[in-house]
Amino acid sequence: MTNEEIRDFIQTAIAENRVMLFMKGTPEQPACGFSMRTSAALNALGVQYAALDILPDPRIRQELSAISNWPTIPQLFVDGELVGGCDIVTEMYESGELAQRVGVEQPQHEPEPPTAEAPQSAPLGVENRLS
Amino acid sequence: MPTATELKERIESALPGSEANVEDLTGGGDHFRAEIVSDRFAGLSRIEQHRLVYDVFGTEIGGPIHALSLKTTTPEGQR
Repeated sequence: MTNEEIRDFIQTAIAENRVMLFMKGTPEQPACGFSMRTSAALNALGVQYAALDILPDPRIRQELSAISNWPTIPQLFVDGELVGGCDIVTEMYESGELAQRVGVEQPQHEPEPPTAEAPQSAPLGVENRLS
Repeated sequence: MPTATELKERIESALPGSEANVEDLTGGGDHFRAEIVSDRFAGLSRIEQHRLVYDVFGTEIGGPIHALSLKTTTPEGQR
């Protein structure tokens, strides 16, 4: 797969999935604490999202960061726009802004920080055709 | 290997008038947490605020600096 094909694949994933998370590992098995916290925030909101593991090919991360102008993983996109990484997503979860941004109700039992447990909806996986 | 003090000095010199508190989260010189107060952040989105800080380190983020967790605020406590 060429770098251009990887870039196209990433851009398509961002365009076609309203809530798109690029992470290390998967929502079920995150491979990094930052990715875990970010997917846990989405799980806690019960929003459906697509997730792509960037680890299988180092070029995924290179191309993604070139597109987003953002150096770290995870990266959350909503409606085609970069929302942020773990720090921003966690802050926005706690303030209720994330719920607003993705268009769901903020859970009532707050302000417990999200954990990786108890996802409320099965995350929608993007088939990883890059590996 | 970067130190918390080095990161603090680089952030504060790149963003004059800012105050940065940097913590080495693991003691290993690669996972850091920085809380930064600067009036340069006024009127910027969180993304833009964090980019200002990431830009100080360029490709070192993801390289020698494996992770840099950020909290950015203005002196008035605004985002």
